[in-house]
Amino acid sequence: MLDNLLDFMPKIPISEATQSFTRWLTDTFAFLFDPIKEYFGDFMEFVSEDLLMNIPPVIFILIVAILAFFITGKKFGLAAFSVVGLWLIYNQGHWEDLMNTVTLVILASLLSIIIGVPIGILMSKSKIANTIITPILDFMQTMPAFVYLIPAVAFFGIGMVPGVFASLIFATPPTVRFTNLGIRQVSKDLIEASDAFGSTGAQKLFKVELPMARPTIMAGINQTVMLALSMVVIASMIGAPGLGKEVLSSLQRAQVGPGFVAGIGIVILAIIIDRFTQNLNKKKD
Amino acid sequence: MAVIEVNNLTKVFGKNSKQALRLLDKGLSKEAILKETGNSVGVNRASFSVEAGEIFVIMGLSGSGKSTLIRLINRLIEPTEGSILIEGEDLSKMDKKALRKARREKMSMVFQQFALFPHRTILENAEYGLEIQGIPKEERQKKAIEALELVGLGGYLNQKPGQLSGGMQQRVGLARALANDPKILLMDEAFSALDPLIRKDMQDELLDLQSTMQKTILFISHDLDEALRLGDRIALMKDGVIVQIGTPEEILVNPANDYVEKFVEDVDRSKILTAQHIMKRPETIYIEKHGPRVALERMRETGISSIFVIDNKRNLQGYITADDASDAIKNEISDLKKIIKTDIPKVEKDTALHEIFAIIHDSQVPVAVVEKDKLQGIIVRGAVIAALSGDGEVNLENAR
Repeated sequence: MLDNLLDFMPKIPISEATQSFTRWLTDTFAFLFDPIKEYFGDFMEFVSEDLLMNIPPVIFILIVAILAFFITGKKFGLAAFSVVGLWLIYNQGHWEDLMNTVTLVILASLLSIIIGVPIGILMSKSKIANTIITPILDFMQTMPAFVYLIPAVAFFGIGMVPGVFASLIFATPPTVRFTNLGIRQVSKDLIEASDAFGSTGAQKLFKVELPMARPTIMAGINQTVMLALSMVVIASMIGAPGLGKEVLSSLQRAQVGPGFVAGIGIVILAIIIDRFTQNLNKKKD
Repeated sequence: MAVIEVNNLTKVFGKNSKQALRLLDKGLSKEAILKETGNSVGVNRASFSVEAGEIFVIMGLSGSGKSTLIRLINRLIEPTEGSILIEGEDLSKMDKKALRKARREKMSMVFQQFALFPHRTILENAEYGLEIQGIPKEERQKKAIEALELVGLGGYLNQKPGQLSGGMQQRVGLARALANDPKILLMDEAFSALDPLIRKDMQDELLDLQSTMQKTILFISHDLDEALRLGDRIALMKDGVIVQIGTPEEILVNPANDYVEKFVEDVDRSKILTAQHIMKRPETIYIEKHGPRVALERMRETGISSIFVIDNKRNLQGYITADDASDAIKNEISDLKKIIKTDIPKVEKDTALHEIFAIIHDSQVPVAVVEKDKLQGIIVRGAVIAALSGDGEVNLENAR
């Protein structure tokens, strides 16, 4: 009797609805998705294979080390770590995987920033946008990242492009949130000063709000890059090449050794990228 | 024509501002309206006008609505009702573009917490107002440097605000406001965050600058001493209402109500009141035509023990004591010049009371108040004490 109380209506077809909605999206926006798949895929291939992989590893490691030296304020720590770490990855025969992963992470992060910063600005300016977008961001971050792989494949097939798409959804929220927060945190005094001298909205944004919010926004971008990196293993499930793919295949074959080696590669990359973005933030202060 | 003319300016914070306005018209108090509508009345029908070249101080305790009022003047806060005429143009009716133009060209603001842009250098801060007007870099830098030199910061152009002390930061704030060369300066508790010595320096400097610039200055303060020092006129606010407007003397001497009286009660009157407020008409004799007999007779009539001697141009010559006068009569000396004493304590009309106090303490005779050696009045010991106690008869007529 009590059980029947909950059965007052048949199962709501949420999954069916989602299925058909995704299918509808795929069909309707094929004109959009197909060129993205084709051109963006070509572009990524170009970046990783024709650009990064054509740089001799020695030169690449040297460039990273020099950048690290100057970005940390002429200290040797990060530079030395980069040299040793990158050489280790090379030594283990994962250089090509590394280049693929770097391409995926950097492109996904760049897109996240290009999309995320303006949305964050919009949210800081509009109460309505803030109310609507906040729960969407919560949803994007809490939904298990694997779930994004399914529509990603439906839209873009397999390979790097759906990997970037899934990373994008997973990694954009911190940039949006921190941009929003950073602008809202700018002291009321400075906003008043800017207004009192007759600034336009754009002048206020570019001359006062964004420069003041920069450290906070950079912290968000750092988070975004780290999240994009954490997606490389998951994205490899839909055929994105790179270090993640090695981890995945080791898992499937239950080989601890190769899995560990590829995992170490990801950790080294993560540390280098993290310190780079953090120091980029400190540099001007 | 007044540079700033504010009529019936009202700000109600909250949603039912119309309802609150109706209740205000009925004469309900701020508390009653808050209880009834949940709206808080920031400024309640303020009206005043500020003339060109005047320093107009709006004074009140925190929560009196003075900071809201100054923000209504440049519409950082939108007024609920009332008009703000800036050189005859109604700011409250302007669209965004016209408002921006007015803010850029007519008025600049100086903030309590300086509100300098920490990511910009001192020079770039001072340039800000000109930069957003799209003035070419060379020209705006020249003007900004001029303004910075005016406030004595010509040597700090490339420092960041964080590297300067509070007093210097506020000089930058002032330079940023002056670089635009606006007609009106809005100064919101500009010196309140500074320590007392620096504050006094800045007040002096502002008065100095003002003597050459002749800006129209609206100055907010919670410090009565500051208001009395700077203000040509002072408006006292309480609960969003302007309680009294007047010159420093008027406010001090004739408080409009208990609130103002309470406010001015703690003022160090000895620094505000000057000789002209407490002097009285002197008894005098003329050195050319009077002798000891007349002197003694005058003293006897008015019950005093010494009398001042002047010439026919009212130039002060000295004084004669009753003892000397009667001795002279006994010895049949008729020339006053032989018995006159010239060691008279003299002060100027605008000498402050606390300085007179020291002089009168050592003196046997009343202190003479002079202007270019001409006798204006005298001060007796009793008048000084009475003025300090606050109940003394203070003579505003003399001040005019």
